[in-house]
Amino acid sequence: MNKTWNNKAWFMVLPVLALVAFSAVIPLMTVVNYSVQDTFGNNVFFWAGTEWFQEILDSDRFWAAMGRNLAFSAIILCIEVSLGIFIALNMPRKGWGVPVCLVLMALPLLIPFNVVGTIWQVFGRIDIGLLGRTLAELGIAYNYVNNPVHAWVTIILMDVWHWTSLVVLLCYAGLVSIPDAYYQAAKIDGASRWAVFRYIQLPKMHRVLLIAILLRFMDSFMIYTEPFVLTGGGPGNTTTFMSIDLVKLAIGEFNLGEAAAMSIVYFLIILLMSWVFYTVMTNYGTEKR
Amino acid sequence: MLELRDVSKLVSGEMHIGNVSLRLEAGSLNVLLGPTLAGKTSLMRLMAGLDQPTSGTVHMDDADVTGVPVQKRSVAMVYQQFINYPAMSVYENIASPLRVAGVDKATLDRKVRQAADLLRLAPYLERLPLELSGGQQQRTALARAMVKDARLVLLDEPLANLDYKLREELRAELPRIFAESGAIFVYATTEPSEALLLGGKTATLSEGRVTQFGPTIEIFRNPADLLTAQTFSDPPLNTIEVRKDKNRFMLDGSDGLPVPARLAGLSDGVYTLGFQPHHLSFKGREADAVSVDARVTVTEITGSESFVHLDYAGNQWVMLEEGVHRLDVDETLRVFIDMRHLLVFDEAGRSVVTDRAEAA
Amino acid sequence: MARINLKDIRHAYVDSPVSDDDYALKRVDHVFEDGGAYALLGPSGCGKTTLLNIISGLLHPSEGEIHFGAANVTDLPTEARNIAQVFQFPVVYDTMTVYDNLAFPLRNRGVPEDVVDRRVREIIAMIGLQDRAGRKAQGLTADEKQKISLGRGLARADVNAILFDEPLTVIDPHMKWALRTQLKELHRRFGHTMVYVTHDQTEALTFADTVVVMYEGEIVQIGTPEELFERPRHTFVGYFIGSPGMNLLSAAMDGGMVRVGGQSFALPGVPQRLSAERIELGIRPEFVRLGREGMPISIAKVEDIGRKKIVHADLEGEAIAVVIDEDAEVPAEPCVAFDPAHLNLYADSWRVETEGRS
Repeated sequence: MNKTWNNKAWFMVLPVLALVAFSAVIPLMTVVNYSVQDTFGNNVFFWAGTEWFQEILDSDRFWAAMGRNLAFSAIILCIEVSLGIFIALNMPRKGWGVPVCLVLMALPLLIPFNVVGTIWQVFGRIDIGLLGRTLAELGIAYNYVNNPVHAWVTIILMDVWHWTSLVVLLCYAGLVSIPDAYYQAAKIDGASRWAVFRYIQLPKMHRVLLIAILLRFMDSFMIYTEPFVLTGGGPGNTTTFMSIDLVKLAIGEFNLGEAAAMSIVYFLIILLMSWVFYTVMTNYGTEKR
Repeated sequence: MLELRDVSKLVSGEMHIGNVSLRLEAGSLNVLLGPTLAGKTSLMRLMAGLDQPTSGTVHMDDADVTGVPVQKRSVAMVYQQFINYPAMSVYENIASPLRVAGVDKATLDRKVRQAADLLRLAPYLERLPLELSGGQQQRTALARAMVKDARLVLLDEPLANLDYKLREELRAELPRIFAESGAIFVYATTEPSEALLLGGKTATLSEGRVTQFGPTIEIFRNPADLLTAQTFSDPPLNTIEVRKDKNRFMLDGSDGLPVPARLAGLSDGVYTLGFQPHHLSFKGREADAVSVDARVTVTEITGSESFVHLDYAGNQWVMLEEGVHRLDVDETLRVFIDMRHLLVFDEAGRSVVTDRAEAA
Repeated sequence: MARINLKDIRHAYVDSPVSDDDYALKRVDHVFEDGGAYALLGPSGCGKTTLLNIISGLLHPSEGEIHFGAANVTDLPTEARNIAQVFQFPVVYDTMTVYDNLAFPLRNRGVPEDVVDRRVREIIAMIGLQDRAGRKAQGLTADEKQKISLGRGLARADVNAILFDEPLTVIDPHMKWALRTQLKELHRRFGHTMVYVTHDQTEALTFADTVVVMYEGEIVQIGTPEELFERPRHTFVGYFIGSPGMNLLSAAMDGGMVRVGGQSFALPGVPQRLSAERIELGIRPEFVRLGREGMPISIAKVEDIGRKKIVHADLEGEAIAVVIDEDAEVPAEPCVAFDPAHLNLYADSWRVETEGRS
């Protein structure tokens, strides 16, 4: 035994445990409850077993929504991480530029999700929106309401605009913690710009990047408000992500059992993916002693 | 009095401290001497109560304080880095532990000024720490530790980040400062010369174990084993492994060395001989000196002394000679070992004959 | 390899320096000869690291020029100067193996892989990290990391100079001895111009053939270790070199003799009069003889530091330190006598040149 046990510590976490139980575990159990039963209203429930889960996993609609989610997350991760690193690398390290850049970067993060959706909805409108009008003037037939590609591009642009700052700020924090001696040594060793990035800056950003990617993945995989406000899942179902589909299923079609089963699958997928990301990234670059 | 009784500390199966027993008297200065990772900081953390030992107990004046956290003990600590509150003046920095303790204003002022006088900080009380030199910053940290009137003051390589000369000055002041307080002082260092200058008692550490504990100069002169002798010598101790055969120390590829009279009582067998660099010389000053022919590898000259690095039958030795001596590399040199100070260790590394002692 | 010529270098960290105090480096005009081993010695803030960074090009001097051989390199960036530098704290590329770390400066310059391999193996053996060659640098201890930094500095054979900025700060005493001897050995073998910055006199004196002592942005003395020890040009050098430093006793001129308390000393070639506010006689603790004859002292403290003893005493109201042998006894009525060959006279802190010994 090398650890000293202090039983008093458990009392300290009890309130939190209780809080978590009320806010997460109990609602989750309700969902679990729904997912294995069927109802025709009037609070009458029938045991359905794994039927809902089978139905969900067999439905094309579910897999299509999931495919859209994965594609969306992959695209925005690629863009936001590389763009975020690029901006962070080019931000000033000292002088008056630092606070200016930091405030500019923090601005989009302070805007509520539904407002972001609304801003872009207006921004992209062909009649009054700045973006829509400009593109129309340039002769580009831009219309995110009925063109799926345009809808996707708009949603991605919106997410990039909203969240790249987070990656920038995290990376910047990692970069400023690198002592000057490292850059000086690199100069003396004749390292190229790329080598400096690859062997000094990237290793130092490694931890914060892990956090950034994890946060951005979880968030983007659960995206709901912005596309809901902007496109409402359309045109057709082209921007119907799992979360939007889930709401349609539960509230629109009042298919509680199927919706419950879907949300559990959804939850498990996020949990699994986050775990995979975390393990892969923490093991990368470290070596057992 | 602080006592560690058979204290061990394991961290994820790895031994950081192994079976350490120490008795530190009130009002004493105790040096922990050992290389990096020998366990000096780990041991201090156990003394302070920042860590709990895996086994063994810690006693303060006969009371078992093993599980008592650091806040409830009377401990002050000074680190290698200069740790001060950057936004507070030197005065406020020194006063901070007294403010926490809720000491009345007049007493606080008196104690702060007293500590400031002791550490020669009086002219700088209104300054911020960063406006001071490194030595003054560290003196501020020391003053804060002193003003606390703690029973135990732990100093973890406090001078390591200071300039050589500043270190020398502060080191000369420390014993005086310690003497004025009745606390138990524990001072960790990697440098043998620092231990010698501080005096007091020394515990030599190696790989988490205390190899010897006693008055500093005693340990330097009469180390109990080879490990202690090596830890406590700078430049490194010169050693050579020999086989004693009647009146000669034999070694392969040479006709060996004669056994001095005082070691005649030593039984035949394999020994390691050890001697300090300044006991190796050009000159056979004493009748009891033995000469060998060694090859010069490097010479370092400090202006007043020369460190001559030698190779003797594959053993790397250092000779410290007064004056400036320029020697050619690979030159063969006749040097004399002062046998009066020879240390002899048996095969297990235990000391069998110490400085100036006679063999039983 | 090249001779490094610093021509009237001044440097200020503030934008528009007005007075001398604004300059971190007041005026340095010095030549580092090709293949020499130099040390820049001084307390922190004396400008030694500034000077080093100016040589390597990490800093551009406010005034003056730097020449490597015949070429003016003042405006050349660090990469183009072909120098190596080792810093105080270890700089390693964490994600690379020990081997790759050492190969890095060579590969960056397109050295063929077989040459890289040969060179890296040689360096790894020298710094004693053979068994770590394939390991990532991340998990190593501080002194292992610093050995890698040192090794990287030594990897390129064709550099103009190798600069060291207090490279042994994080190294344990025993390892310091080993690394220092290795550096010296390397200097002998490859003949690089080496400049070593340190505040540690032992490191400076043992490493360098020529030591440059700096104080408050200026060079106060350039000399061999013996010159610095025997004839410090400035009282600061006397204090800074040697431990304990040189004893300085306030003195007065007395008809060609130097008088300290009741005793007069004849110094050959000393001028009859000195127009100075402060006259001091300097004598190293090593050259003060403790015995029954001479000027009486009262002893304050005797420090036994193992191989010798340091006696701190009071001589007519002034502190004096004496170094004696480890086996020497302190007499009952102690007196001190000065070795006349080792007396130095200072007028307003600068050494007065005397006859016969300059």
